[in-house]
Amino acid sequence: MSGLRARALVMAAMLAMAPAVRGRDAKPPADMKPYTETVPGTSVTFDMVPLAGGTFRMGSPAFEAGRSEDEGPPHEVTLGPFWIGKFEVTWSEYDRFWLDNAVAQAAYASEIKAAGVDALTRPTPPYADESFGFGKGRQPVISVGHHAAMEYARWLSRKTGKVYRLPTEAEWEYACRAGATTAYSFGDDPVALGEHAWSAGNSEGQPRPVGGKKPNPWGLFDMHGNAGEWALDLYQKDAYKTRATTPAVGPVVMPTERIYPHVVRGGSWDHDAPALRCAARLASKVEWNRRDPQRPQSIWWLTDATFVGFRLVRPLEEQKELIGLRSRVTKESP
Amino acid sequence: MSNAGDRPAFPSRRDFLKTSTAAAVAAGFTRVPGAWAGGSDTIRVGVIGCGGRGTGAAANVLSAAPGVKLVAMGDAFRDRLEGSKAELLKDPKLAPMIEVTPERSFVGLDAFEKVIATDADYIILATPPGFRPEHLKAAVAAGKNVFAEKPLAVDGPGIRSVLETYEQAKAKNLAIVGGTQRRHGNGYIETIKRVHDGAIGELQAARCYWNQGALWNKPRQPEWSDLEWQMRNWLYFTWLSGDHIVEQHIHNLDVVNWAMDAHPVKALGLGGRQVRTGPEWGHIFDHFTVDYEYPNGAHLLSMCRQIPGAEGRVSEDLQGTLGACATSQDAKRYVITGKNAWRLDPEQVGVDPYVQEHTNLIASIRAGKPLNDLKTVAESTLTAIMGRMSAYTGQSVTWEQALGSKLALVPESGQLAWGPMPVPAVAEPGKTELV
Repeated sequence: MSGLRARALVMAAMLAMAPAVRGRDAKPPADMKPYTETVPGTSVTFDMVPLAGGTFRMGSPAFEAGRSEDEGPPHEVTLGPFWIGKFEVTWSEYDRFWLDNAVAQAAYASEIKAAGVDALTRPTPPYADESFGFGKGRQPVISVGHHAAMEYARWLSRKTGKVYRLPTEAEWEYACRAGATTAYSFGDDPVALGEHAWSAGNSEGQPRPVGGKKPNPWGLFDMHGNAGEWALDLYQKDAYKTRATTPAVGPVVMPTERIYPHVVRGGSWDHDAPALRCAARLASKVEWNRRDPQRPQSIWWLTDATFVGFRLVRPLEEQKELIGLRSRVTKESP
Repeated sequence: MSNAGDRPAFPSRRDFLKTSTAAAVAAGFTRVPGAWAGGSDTIRVGVIGCGGRGTGAAANVLSAAPGVKLVAMGDAFRDRLEGSKAELLKDPKLAPMIEVTPERSFVGLDAFEKVIATDADYIILATPPGFRPEHLKAAVAAGKNVFAEKPLAVDGPGIRSVLETYEQAKAKNLAIVGGTQRRHGNGYIETIKRVHDGAIGELQAARCYWNQGALWNKPRQPEWSDLEWQMRNWLYFTWLSGDHIVEQHIHNLDVVNWAMDAHPVKALGLGGRQVRTGPEWGHIFDHFTVDYEYPNGAHLLSMCRQIPGAEGRVSEDLQGTLGACATSQDAKRYVITGKNAWRLDPEQVGVDPYVQEHTNLIASIRAGKPLNDLKTVAESTLTAIMGRMSAYTGQSVTWEQALGSKLALVPESGQLAWGPMPVPAVAEPGKTELV
């Protein structure tokens, strides 16, 4: 056995025995501070929390109550440092992206034409009340498609000069676990869920203002429940079985031109406890827009997924394959 | 198209669990092959008006029952027709059911006549609603069954025409459904049944809302004539859409009429054009509030608004002597409070109402018991028109005044031609005359 290989084995053994999240121990680099961003040209703000990079165990063990097959096998994942939204993106933030321009839609259609393929695109208005009567303001944005969430991030990146994007599935789970190896960031017993999350058990049938429950150990709110959260990844049932390396470094299943299926994490106000677990994976599907009576159906809004929203991350140093990434979904997408 | 292929591991409470749309829920129809007038069992669909909704309706009907084919399409504009066909053919589930050859594709202001003249026996009317009375009349005269998108007209003369067509369709035993899909959704059916059975007692008052943001707008192209520009932006011209109170809010007014089992006798409305004031938005209002009075003395407070950033709400509320009832199609909320409290489990909301309305219509045709709800949908349309007339003029308007109105907004058949078409002035309450 070569020295190198032996060392790798020792490393692997250490990784397997050590508390599953080492990122908890490391401090974020000194120049990574929490900060409040103001959406340019508005008084709307949002808070970003720095997370040190580290290695953690992604997925759930076979004995975890309520788990699903696609959460295995549990495996080691290493991530670089990044900031993540303290809260889910709220309607106050999202409205600045599309609503201010809804009336001037005619104007920005020609703006897009002039700017060519690199132009920002914005949601066409839905034939409905996009809030579904659930309210807006500090409530998480809901019923938005994966494409819409990605375009929002691109718009915000351009406005702020910083790279904002959806978290990869790995980043999302790392942030949700906040060092925990249990089903939820606070333990295994869903009895305590009510203190930490809005779920079908306590939401009274609607999403709630962000930050209304206890944060997780890293200070992030509503990782469990309230709005379900888009991850960047295309959903693959067997994604964990095909990781290239151990630990997997910055794993991501790249989105394509397909509208579905993408990963949603954290469960929601409309889901029962098992869907809110750190490892639970939901996959979007065409039925989430079933009642859109128009054809082609909207690539921006979902009529039957009032439980889906998102939060954003900002990488300290972007992974190579994600640099310049943008949604490839169009009206012609399959 | 489903991705993971199987049942979701973690369904939300609002996931549609029922995927079968084959069952007719409305009246226990049993299928009697060949028992309807045509003799053949295949439903041959012709679509008139191939915009987003017409294309959606075509996809809905092809998913609604076995033995359905799309055989003819017509639109005023070639790009809309071709785009619609391509969109439908893109769906591998629908493509085998589409037999629309170039000879069965019609473009122009008279495309509707040509679609009706084919052997299509199930006509979908999905053009801007201003044209609906004329198209309905032609389809029924030709002995066709019809799915007519709501609203059914934009003015009193149009409603009178539709009511005549209703009688003719009845005499000919033709089936017609107007696209007020809430009447075909399990949530509303279960709720209104309880209201009619007295769950909230005598109805004393109601409220209903369609408050949302702005809708799409197509920038005017230099090669477009006035008429083409208006038709491509039909929402914003009263002769084409009826204004948004008629085009959208009819859904909520229809629910209240259904619950009341009556139409209002009088309306007093306010409204205006506060935010959406540019010429690209035609001449319609962007908000209305109407107080409607029903025969039993109960009042309905109705609001509709298309102003971005203002609070959204699309729902209906009923107040009775024993309790209250709240419904919202979008939020899948069906709740009765008070003495007979009840709530529909979101999991029981059931199948897509946009598909179900076709399933019911087809089942009624095949059973030889044709549905014909033209009269009730015409009454709900006139309810909305009556509110608009009141808001435009500033006067209260009775049902008789609305129904007997001489205000004919839509040019007579054959009078339309691509070319100049002045935009009417924005209505001014107190000045605009009640005609």
